[in-house]
Amino acid sequence: MNLLDAVLWLPLAGFLLLLLVPRDQEELIRRLALAVSLAAFVLSLGLPLGWRASETAFQFVTNLPWIASPPIRYQVGLDGVSLWLVVLTTLLTPIGVLISWRSIDQRVKEFFALFLLMEFGLVGVFVALDLFLFYVFWEVSLVPMYFLIGIWGHERRIYAAVKFFIYTMAGSVLMLAGIIYLYNLTGTFDYRAILEQIASGKLVLGRSEELLLFLGFLAAFAIKVPLFPLHTWLPDAHVEAPTAGSVMLASVMLKMGCYGLVRFSLPMFPEAARECAGWIVALAIVGIIYGALVAMMQPNMKKLVAYTSVSHLGFVVLGIFSFTQWGLDGAVYQMLSHGVSTGALFILVGYLYERRHSLEIKDYGGVATPAPKLAVLFMVTSLASMGLPALNNFVGEYLVLQGAAQVNFRWAVFAAIGVILSACYMLWLYQRVFLGETPEKVRAHVQDVRARELAAMLPLIVLMVWMGTATRTFLPPITAANAAILQKTQQNREYHARVQPAAPQELSRAR
Amino acid sequence: MPADFVPSGAEYLRLLPEIVLTLAGTLVMVLEPLTPAPRKRWLGRLAQAGLWAALAAAVVAHSSPGPAFSGLLVVDGFATFFRVVVIAAAILVTLCSYGYLRREEADGGEYYALLVYSVAGQCLMAASNELVLMFIGLEISSIASYILAGYLRGDKRANEAAIKYFLLGSFATAFLLYGIALLYGATGSTVLDHIGRTLARPGAASLLVSAAAALMLTGLAFKVSVAPFQIWAPDVYQGAPAPVAAFLSAGPKAAAFAIFMRVWFTAFAPVSDRWEPVLWVSALATMVVGNFAALTQTNVKRLLGYSSIAHAGYVLVAITAHSEAGTAAVMFYLAAYVFMNVGAFAVVGYIARKGEQRLEVDDLAGLGARQPVTAALMTIFLLSLIGVPATGGFFGKFCVFRAALDAGLAWLTVLGLLNSAVAAYYYLRILVVMYMREPAAADDDLPPQGAALKLALWACAAGTLLLGIFPSVILGFVNAAAGVK
Repeated sequence: MNLLDAVLWLPLAGFLLLLLVPRDQEELIRRLALAVSLAAFVLSLGLPLGWRASETAFQFVTNLPWIASPPIRYQVGLDGVSLWLVVLTTLLTPIGVLISWRSIDQRVKEFFALFLLMEFGLVGVFVALDLFLFYVFWEVSLVPMYFLIGIWGHERRIYAAVKFFIYTMAGSVLMLAGIIYLYNLTGTFDYRAILEQIASGKLVLGRSEELLLFLGFLAAFAIKVPLFPLHTWLPDAHVEAPTAGSVMLASVMLKMGCYGLVRFSLPMFPEAARECAGWIVALAIVGIIYGALVAMMQPNMKKLVAYTSVSHLGFVVLGIFSFTQWGLDGAVYQMLSHGVSTGALFILVGYLYERRHSLEIKDYGGVATPAPKLAVLFMVTSLASMGLPALNNFVGEYLVLQGAAQVNFRWAVFAAIGVILSACYMLWLYQRVFLGETPEKVRAHVQDVRARELAAMLPLIVLMVWMGTATRTFLPPITAANAAILQKTQQNREYHARVQPAAPQELSRAR
Repeated sequence: MPADFVPSGAEYLRLLPEIVLTLAGTLVMVLEPLTPAPRKRWLGRLAQAGLWAALAAAVVAHSSPGPAFSGLLVVDGFATFFRVVVIAAAILVTLCSYGYLRREEADGGEYYALLVYSVAGQCLMAASNELVLMFIGLEISSIASYILAGYLRGDKRANEAAIKYFLLGSFATAFLLYGIALLYGATGSTVLDHIGRTLARPGAASLLVSAAAALMLTGLAFKVSVAPFQIWAPDVYQGAPAPVAAFLSAGPKAAAFAIFMRVWFTAFAPVSDRWEPVLWVSALATMVVGNFAALTQTNVKRLLGYSSIAHAGYVLVAITAHSEAGTAAVMFYLAAYVFMNVGAFAVVGYIARKGEQRLEVDDLAGLGARQPVTAALMTIFLLSLIGVPATGGFFGKFCVFRAALDAGLAWLTVLGLLNSAVAAYYYLRILVVMYMREPAAADDDLPPQGAALKLALWACAAGTLLLGIFPSVILGFVNAAAGVK
């Protein structure tokens, strides 16, 4: 039992605790949810503080037997990639509780209980080091989100919730098939043991075998990211979800897919990943440009923000499949930045919705006059989202482009179009909503942000600046972890070169 | 050798569960006419006690494993496991039945007596090692089930269900019997291991054996509702009283799968290359038919009927694997299935109100707001049926597909898993209605839940979660019984 276990299990304890509270005690339920999620956040701060930078192996590892046969272990741990994702999750959960304080007034008990259950699932996904355990958390996080969208969402919530569930499930069962297949080959679900077997040459996958396994895992991850053209569940789910649900969905849940690519796809199936990299990068670039163009044309604010995710996540995938240190660092940094800035955008759109009860851009205008603080918050967040230097997204996008350019300059050129487009849609949105004439209804309904709402936003604004200016706080563990992952993808290649000297020659001829 | 004809005490011990069940059933039957109407409910308690005694007897019988009565019967881990599963299913069903029968004003001893007799037949099936005894067990179980399906005499749908079940069931039994006869003709024995040894000889596997296997497969495929012999299941599950439908999907099915595996893995093992492709196709067809037909159902019981077909398909995938791991997977899956499916049927039977008037999916509307606890329990059952981790249904599926992949059935695994993603849709529809729709405006209140029903629901939920989170509680026994190294 170490700090990480406490961070992981505390939300589940909170979930069980909330189940015991009588449902009419709504204020108590809200306070308890906030207390538990804040406690988890405070505990999770101990993770980066207690981080040993010199160590490249997983830290805060707990390894206990769970099921004897087949040997499944409760094995959790952190490396630089998962470290910040866990902190991001624990940070956004109390924020989600805060922004749902008044906006959720029905079935309060269920909402906050499920919210904590979801935190448990999400943290679990990022820390699991056993493939079976990973799959368990992967699916467990799905169920609360399904209910959050379906019960507390907007008009088309049921359609969106079911679509979200079925899409994710279809992808993840293919990953399950891959996990079981790997187990039958290696006799273990232990992630590190499988990597060791690959490194030592004990596990050698055939070419088509590796490709199929890679595609099985990719099916789950690409749907979750989402990679174009598998993104169609995303706008529906994001738009229909309640604000806190959209925040968790965009900021954390999409990262499950990206994280899976970095953690599993690359080191476990490096050859297949390299083989498919060209196609995946092409899809990522299409997603970047397509997402940005569609976002630009949206009349609905929430849908606009949802499509920006398709665009931003394209950068992450591009960075991952560049197989360069910069690209990977940028991808992970972009994951975190996107979590902060898009989460903030959804929160602000939610604030607007709570006031004016509309998500249509045409219903707004000149909001800056009655709500100057809200306008400033939105401005900063927009600038961050479009990648202004000295704010967080710039760092990630820059590193990704740098990494992509290293491999193929054209990739970087095309991807950079997305950066330009992001400035267009964000500024145009800002202009239409916050500037110009103030219609009567906006003047009557839109008040400025309250203290509680400001409290939920401030940490994110601080982070945008912090992550944009002081990258040294965040980047070193990420770099170290990515270096290890890259080295693993090379290790395998060296091994193949050693055992089958013919293979590299073929490769060089092909080029 | 006259000494051999007098069974030893140990041999009777191995038959103990069946003896206890028969005595309990007969006692209930005899007491039934002597009991005044207000006291009839005590007969249910008596049957319950009999089932618990039989459960204990099954455990006691396991203390002296081995064959009995010249190899007609064998008590091993496999037999004990299935005995416990079918008895446990009957205990849960009995608990759900008290309130149900009282509501339908049909409380009577014969219901419980038939239930207990049916379980006796299933226990016999689980332990049988010989075709005729197996057949007798199957008949005891089936005939009691036919009557149970039509137990509500005043209900037209129940009558239809019973007639359909009886006619098709008898037809299938005839197929099975014909197959047994042919097999006896081909091998000169009805004891499974003898048959297996005979067939293992070169040249012994004649066309006659294939015909026998085909006929027996037809008969058994009907009993476990596997395509293309699944047509009866939705009608019967829809028409039969809800607790009986729960029972049919759990007990008789588990026992039928037990003899399925005994016959195929013992007697027909030498000719496995002939039947494995057939099972492959049948497994896939069963999953597809069950899941896709369930997508459009609006009646919950009918939906669960199709879902039970689909689940039979998953089990058949594990049987197709034809390995120790596959056997273990079947055992685990069926145990988990008892909890989740009996639980789901119990909720449905409760929501249906008097006369089972309210069986549409839409009748569950607003349950999440009106009865959060019942809805939460139903959610657990449905998530388990979908196969979401931390439930027994997931771990069962995991075992099934692990065994299938291990046996090289990669395509069947992928198609089966994709099938389970399709299946998510119709289970989710129930969840959607429960939590995301408002109840109809002038909806009458649900009756209060009896203590027994509550106990059954909680026990089912606990079992479902226990098998999902700590599968080791039975996995060790299952693996040992199936011979997994």
